[in-house]
Amino acid sequence: MAIVAQNSKFGIFGRPILAWVVAMVFFFPIFWLVFTSFKTDADAVKPEFLFFFTPTLDNYLNMTENYDYWRFATNSVITSVLATAVALFVGIPAAYAMAFNPARHTKDILMWMLSTKMLPAAAVLYPMTFLAKGAGIFDTHFVIVLVLALINLPIVVWMLFTYFKEIPKDIIEAGQMDGVNTWGEIKEILIPLAWGGIASTALLCFIFCWNEAYWTVRLTTTDAATLSKLIEGNRAPEGLFFGRLSAVSAAAVGPIVVLGWFCQKQLVQGLTFGAVK
Amino acid sequence: MKLGKMISKSALGIVAGSVMALSATSAFADGHAKSLTIAIVNNGHMENMKKVAEAYTKETGVKLNWVSLEEGVLREQVTSDTATGGGQYDIINIGMQEAPIWGKAGWIEPLNFGAEYDVDDILPAMRNGLSYNGTLYAAPFYGESSMVMYRKDLADAAGVAIKDNDSWDNITKAAAAMHKPDAGVYGACLRGKPGWGDNMAFITTMVNSFGGAWFDKGFKPTIDSPQWKAAITAYVNLLGKYGPPGSEGNSFNEILALYNEGKCGMWIDATIAASFLKVPGVAYAQSPNAGNPVGANWLWAWAMAVPTGTEKTVEAKKFIEWSTSKAYIQAVAAHPDFGWGSVPTGTRASTYASAEFKAAAPFAAAEMAAIDSAAPAATDIKPYVGVQFAAIPEFPEVGSAVAQEMAAALSGAKSIDEALKASQAAADAIMKEAGYY
Repeated sequence: MAIVAQNSKFGIFGRPILAWVVAMVFFFPIFWLVFTSFKTDADAVKPEFLFFFTPTLDNYLNMTENYDYWRFATNSVITSVLATAVALFVGIPAAYAMAFNPARHTKDILMWMLSTKMLPAAAVLYPMTFLAKGAGIFDTHFVIVLVLALINLPIVVWMLFTYFKEIPKDIIEAGQMDGVNTWGEIKEILIPLAWGGIASTALLCFIFCWNEAYWTVRLTTTDAATLSKLIEGNRAPEGLFFGRLSAVSAAAVGPIVVLGWFCQKQLVQGLTFGAVK
Repeated sequence: MKLGKMISKSALGIVAGSVMALSATSAFADGHAKSLTIAIVNNGHMENMKKVAEAYTKETGVKLNWVSLEEGVLREQVTSDTATGGGQYDIINIGMQEAPIWGKAGWIEPLNFGAEYDVDDILPAMRNGLSYNGTLYAAPFYGESSMVMYRKDLADAAGVAIKDNDSWDNITKAAAAMHKPDAGVYGACLRGKPGWGDNMAFITTMVNSFGGAWFDKGFKPTIDSPQWKAAITAYVNLLGKYGPPGSEGNSFNEILALYNEGKCGMWIDATIAASFLKVPGVAYAQSPNAGNPVGANWLWAWAMAVPTGTEKTVEAKKFIEWSTSKAYIQAVAAHPDFGWGSVPTGTRASTYASAEFKAAAPFAAAEMAAIDSAAPAATDIKPYVGVQFAAIPEFPEVGSAVAQEMAAALSGAKSIDEALKASQAAADAIMKEAGYY
């Protein structure tokens, strides 16, 4: 069937066109965001002259001069990197145990972990705020790293578990025969073998951490506020400053789009794992 | 195998780094004992305050940490902050809808300033709207009513005149006469973006002017009344026919940008807009009505309050005393980036008595008249406090639900009857659940 489709006219012309159309549909919002960020607020809301305007950098200058963009960006980098590291640090041993030494309730535990993602975040807003304040860690990098690592842990464990399952257990057992202890098995055998899977898991986890907005807005004030909070603060109470907001949003999503562009191979691998099993 | 070692070492290093980051952050936070954290909404005068307040920091040594927040998030953060012991913000920016409710709930501190502050200079409408039981709980930073801001040059060219308290029929005729979409000029620019403080602020004044209201005496919604239908029909007709395309996405800031580009024949909105208008030939008129002038123009103030949870009450009150004083208005007027035309208005009688202000602000008399005539008190027709809102905790939820329906009616996604019916049902469900009846 695949050969027939490839040789047909649709296979030659249709599929690339369809792929481009789909790509354009997905890319258009990003393009429009960046495009609008070079318009003044007045040009951004004009019903006509959508494509012809005098570009300006004022929105970007305003963002760096009046909104301290770099402080928010630094916080985003710190919290996303650390949260991804913590999630992997906990997730790799957990997935290892479940993949190679499954117990009677391993599947139930995995399902339970995933079910925690179904809890609406708002349901635990007050307890989380209360705990963070009580522990004196409100508006610190520590609380954001902790929360981001915890909310992404189920996804990390699930992804790693699926990768680890693909590694033959015999290799691990061969290591055991050679007298390697558990920690040695993980770092000397498992991590090098599953490096591609770990990298794509880390990348996805990093993206989720970077884009997280509910907790990063609500558990911070100034010191640990991330780019999500910068975007939130640029939503005016009576209408929007579209040019300004677009510049802030473009600068916030820019690093992650660039990162995704360079790592697209790993990303696709991560997103489609198990799809052809 | 070296790779495995490298990764595990890096992971350990990063986790250790996170612990260091925690201590570093705590140390940083402790390092600014003389600082205030101020939560503000993002609009023009607040942005100006950041610049003007640099002088306050120089004079007092108090570092000011500004946190811009969207209105809904600000409200959510302040309520969760108060419920969990407070301390997140030392000063918050709230509106007239919240001030009396939060004052009553004990979430914000009463404000008592010295004689030099001259509290009697604050316009009575603003003072009353921000007080509960006669005590001021939030100091007005700027205040506003609503009025018609129209292009006299375009009106004259089209051979139409707009009068104070004109009828909606005449307003629609004037909009039709000035409407030249081919030349990029639209007859009327009005709020269409859904939100209780966006399209519903304008629509409510329109409903009031038709003799309607949000609730009856038993707080049952009255959106299915003939007054609502007449008002919404006039609104959809005026903005749908003579407004710019995509009006259901426009609120204050978008329309301000359009107006300054010369795209609007008239704009009926907050009086504060007048201080940001840059096009020549603007004239002002009091809000139109359809026979009932009470509630045809709104009343609002963005104000500064001190949440009860802060440990810096004294310093916070001192800053508010400065930022809402006559001295602050003078400081804006003297600032090289601003001037008398950019001072926050609608708060103090002394501003309107200033010759420099009157010279720089041709809208001064119209704005003062609009604020003076705004009627927030409860009446037989409108049995609740507030003009374009009802000062009850449930109003934002009710207003937001109805706002969506009104935007749907404007865009044509729903008929006016369908939108009104859905609005009544949504409001009824919210009020019932809240236990009003």
